[in-house]
Amino acid sequence: MPPKGKKGPPPPPPDPRALSTLELLKEVFPDSEPFLNLNQVEMPIPPNDAERICRLAKEDPRLHFNLLGCQSLVEYGDTFQTVYHLYSTSLKHSAVFKADAPKDNPVFYSVSSVWRAAEWFERENAELFGVIYTGHPDPRPLLLWEGFKGYPGRKEYPFAEIQIPDDIKVPQ
Amino acid sequence: MTIDQSLDTVDMMLNMGPQHPSTHGVFRMVLTVDGENIIDVQPHIGYLHRGSEKLCEAEDYRQIVDLFDRLDYVSSFNNELPYVMAVEKLMGLEVPERAQYIRLIMCELNRIASHLLFYGAFGADCGAVTPFLYGFREREQMQSLFESVSGARMMHGYFRVGGVFRDLPDDFNQRLDSLLPMLEKGITECEALLSKNELFLERTLGVGVIDAETAIDFGVTGPNLRASGSTYDLRKDDPYLMYPDFDFNVPVGASGDCFDRYMVRMEEMWESLKIVKQAVARLPQGPIMAKTPRTLRPPKGDVYVRTENPRGEMGVYLVSDGKDKPHRIKMRTPSFCNLVALRHMLIGSYVADAVVILGSIDIVLGDVDR
Repeated sequence: MPPKGKKGPPPPPPDPRALSTLELLKEVFPDSEPFLNLNQVEMPIPPNDAERICRLAKEDPRLHFNLLGCQSLVEYGDTFQTVYHLYSTSLKHSAVFKADAPKDNPVFYSVSSVWRAAEWFERENAELFGVIYTGHPDPRPLLLWEGFKGYPGRKEYPFAEIQIPDDIKVPQ
Repeated sequence: MTIDQSLDTVDMMLNMGPQHPSTHGVFRMVLTVDGENIIDVQPHIGYLHRGSEKLCEAEDYRQIVDLFDRLDYVSSFNNELPYVMAVEKLMGLEVPERAQYIRLIMCELNRIASHLLFYGAFGADCGAVTPFLYGFREREQMQSLFESVSGARMMHGYFRVGGVFRDLPDDFNQRLDSLLPMLEKGITECEALLSKNELFLERTLGVGVIDAETAIDFGVTGPNLRASGSTYDLRKDDPYLMYPDFDFNVPVGASGDCFDRYMVRMEEMWESLKIVKQAVARLPQGPIMAKTPRTLRPPKGDVYVRTENPRGEMGVYLVSDGKDKPHRIKMRTPSFCNLVALRHMLIGSYVADAVVILGSIDIVLGDVDR
């Protein structure tokens, strides 16, 4: 909510391309509830069904989302959210899928078999936030050194924490 | 003498990096080779991991611009752009027209400077030293122009939320008038040195081929994707700034090999020159900063903004909780995504081509590791 006494920015005028994508998503996924957010089509998806929905979004000729632009992980209080930014290079439309999982059981289904671009995104998210992508072909850590303790992406991880590998001796 | 056919051969592991002049930073790949052929490769990244995304959560919205400079340090203007655009989009800020033109001019000049660096480094990767000197000769002139505009040769920190830091210097037009012919002459000479060189063609034609569909599946964007025949360019497909008003082409390759990736970049420099000339001719007068509050507090919400970086699609996913610091920033950097396809390109090629293929993807390790 914007602070009291101040108005937020006015909403942008609706974009016809976003509206048509919204209709298409409703056609392909009759059970889902897509909506518009700042002229961007958004659709919540269940985390354990991500692979099936994403495969359909990629392979259905009406949607044809062949480019996984970005796959981010966001921490909201007690939930983790994986955000998929999709784009179609042939139909030139985009959509955002969001999957929520509770923090005490952060399990998502991997989409690496749908877009291979997800391989490194998921490895990075998994090691920085401690979430699990089931069905990932190569779930090794990507960026941090072997034996790193904790999940530095999480909010509770301290900013000034310095970790030194056990086999390195630091002169006192 | 007869050869004993029953002798077994074993695959050999070959370690390249992390300290290797041709890995453009600190990047390590472990090749499994069978004779001269690469049968598997394991890339290792993270040597430059600074946790930029986490650092953003501790800084206020104006300070973060400098963190974005340090991702892809050879195209800093292009990195700052999606971040400031994301904050502006969330806050609903109108950026003055002059500021937008200045941004566009700096981004396109930066694209040329970045491609010149690629030209030099790629020439060196193929075994020629002279291109490095040719590429850096014009790039040096551009760096001093950037310095006169922003105050710094690299890590400019020039774009601000709502506009730019300061107006162009008084002698900007004169400097540009002398720089542009120099660039044209320089790029022509660069092309004459490599583009038809037989040794260079032998090293690059048909090496490291990737087709457009596979490239998109891997998330490859930018010149690397366009070399495979796709016309995907965000300046045309999802326009931002004033790009729809400008007359320019999107160079496209045919076969998706190392030579096409090189050629697309060389042609892009000419297109960028075209854009700069048109933009300077139309540069309007007026303010360069929008009115912004003393403390930036974008309303609660999330936004994803993407722009065409010299290396591909640079995206920023910004989540705000209404406070003066962002809740989360995800940096979708082009080099990180382009590097995923390296394994696919390397398997089946010769060890001697590994460095050429890596060079043709044009990664910046600061951009990969963040």
